[in-house]
Amino acid sequence: MNVKLNRRRFIKGVIASGIAAGTIGHGNAAAGGARPAEAVDRLLSLNINGRTRRVDVLPQETLAHTLRYKLGLTGTKLGCNRGECGACTVLIDDVPHYACSMLTHNARGKTVLTVEGLQQADGTLHPVQQAFVDELAPQCGFCTPGQIMATVGLLRVNPKPTREQARHSLSGNLCRCGAYDHYLNAVMRASGQAT
Amino acid sequence: MSAYDVMPDIELYQPATVEDATELAARLKGKAWLLAGGQDTYGWLKDRAKTTEAMIDLKGIDALKGIREIPGGVEIGALTTLTEITRHPLIGERYSLLREAAAVVASPQIRNMGTLGGNLCQDTRCWYYRRGLSCYRAGGNICYADSPAGMNREHALFGASRCVAVSPSDTATALSALEATMIVTSRRGSREVPVDDFFVGPDVDIVNMTALADDEVLASVRLPDHWANADFHFEKVADRNVWDFALVSIAAALRMRDGRIESARFVCGGVACVPYRLPAVEQAVVGKPRSESTGEQAARLASRGAEPLNHNQFKAPLMENLVRRALRGKA
Ligand SMILES: Cc1cc2nc3c(=O)[nH]c(=O)nc-3n(C[C@H](O)[C@H](O)[C@H](O)COP(=O)(O)OP(=O)(O)OC[C@H]3O[C@@H](n4cnc5c(N)ncnc54)[C@H](O)[C@@H]3O)c2cc1C
Ligand code: SF4
Ligand code: FES
Ligand code: FES
Repeated sequence: MNVKLNRRRFIKGVIASGIAAGTIGHGNAAAGGARPAEAVDRLLSLNINGRTRRVDVLPQETLAHTLRYKLGLTGTKLGCNRGECGACTVLIDDVPHYACSMLTHNARGKTVLTVEGLQQADGTLHPVQQAFVDELAPQCGFCTPGQIMATVGLLRVNPKPTREQARHSLSGNLCRCGAYDHYLNAVMRASGQAT
Repeated sequence: MSAYDVMPDIELYQPATVEDATELAARLKGKAWLLAGGQDTYGWLKDRAKTTEAMIDLKGIDALKGIREIPGGVEIGALTTLTEITRHPLIGERYSLLREAAAVVASPQIRNMGTLGGNLCQDTRCWYYRRGLSCYRAGGNICYADSPAGMNREHALFGASRCVAVSPSDTATALSALEATMIVTSRRGSREVPVDDFFVGPDVDIVNMTALADDEVLASVRLPDHWANADFHFEKVADRNVWDFALVSIAAALRMRDGRIESARFVCGGVACVPYRLPAVEQAVVGKPRSESTGEQAARLASRGAEPLNHNQFKAPLMENLVRRALRGKA
């Protein structure tokens, strides 16, 4: 790059003046003006892991943020916070989503399932969790909650996936330790197709 | 690049009808950001590379969702998720080209959330711009990618005009080959925009990638019967099979009659700011069989007129090979 920019100064400049911002017809924050009414209510009732949770949510708050910092559900990890790793995977109405890349306000009226919601009340692990343990699937474990949630989501629509289908369904979950094959072994075991 | 945990304060509107959404879009013109699945949006806002006062969330508008048969073709609501498109029988049976393109977008989770409309209207991935640098596209007066030290392996071969960024959307490439029509709506009324006019290059508008005005919402996309069940070929070349954008992709639709190509549309992704039609190839293949030798002849025309930058010369032979493979047919 031929122009050297002090990053912090640049960002500050952008925020203050909106130079680099809002040129695409999306408006810019510095423009000011009264905010019209009818915006969303901040107090939400969410269905999380089978329980109703009342929580005060900012309009722009991501689900990962609400789960981790407002509800203490830290099993949902933040790796990249931008849709590129899968560590934050949760199920929304049984379908895997990146919690870092959805607004909590989009979870209204839906069921949210996180890794904390898998085990039974007496502590018995969910069959997918148990299979991941039995196969010694995780290495460092950071990506594991996301891999487990992606697997639970897969098995709900396809209880007996082929290894190739499983690979495809888990392809949105990176593993920095490269434990991919172990995870796939665990998926096959969890679906009763032990290798 | 600095990563923020949270987005700055933004007001959120969740209209339930198209009328409410277009009303809000008109009222908040220039101050609001239309939100579909958010998979392109949140990165911009978290990075503070762009900001907005308000978001108008379209996800709650059922009228903008779903895939249905209409006279003359099939209509897809703009808020339909990419996953639904990959699974819907009407798409799979008649327009498998679009299914194949939607299936290789990003990752499974992003396809579960991301919508067709958002995929088509997403902004370019040029990292100088994404980083918030004040380049031409951001209203400044320099292109960082097209500078002597610029990193431009991913950038354009064609149609550059100050900005050399490329279209990032895989579904745009397929919809261009399928000759789709975009239905655009606002409080002022609705209009139909042919796909070839929907995407615009920097020579037309350097800060917008589509012909949408500030207060307009993409409501749906129509696929014409004309291309239903044609012979198709879609292929995307990227660094990784998941997440990565196309370096070059190809979408081809071929109408066959008595073993010969009656008409064809060939479109490349990743080589221009818009889905890039290959008219010379389209003309050259008419009346020929779908074969190795047709591919051989047409491939030579594929990259004609290319103006490579320092690091993207490889895209020209890649285009040629993709055309060759599209014409070779199923093995
Ligand atoms: C890590 C990562 C990898 C990716 N890889 C790929 C890839 O390989 N191929 C690919 O094609 N894409 C890729 N994408 C982009 C992603 O597919 C798109 O961002 C997604 O499909 C956008 O859909 P959305 O509904 O989430 O859009 P949003 O973020 O909600 O919207 C995107 C833009 O379109 C506008 N918009 C949305 N809907 C409408 C509408 N109905 N009318 C008017 N304007 C509208 C919004 O205002 C916004 O500017 C990737 C994204 C990420 C984060
Ligand atoms: S290619 Fe376009 S978006 Fe990228 S730096 Fe140049 S002007 Fe900006
Ligand atoms: S933290 Fe959500 S995808 Fe990485
Ligand atoms: S086990 Fe370490 S990142 Fe996957």
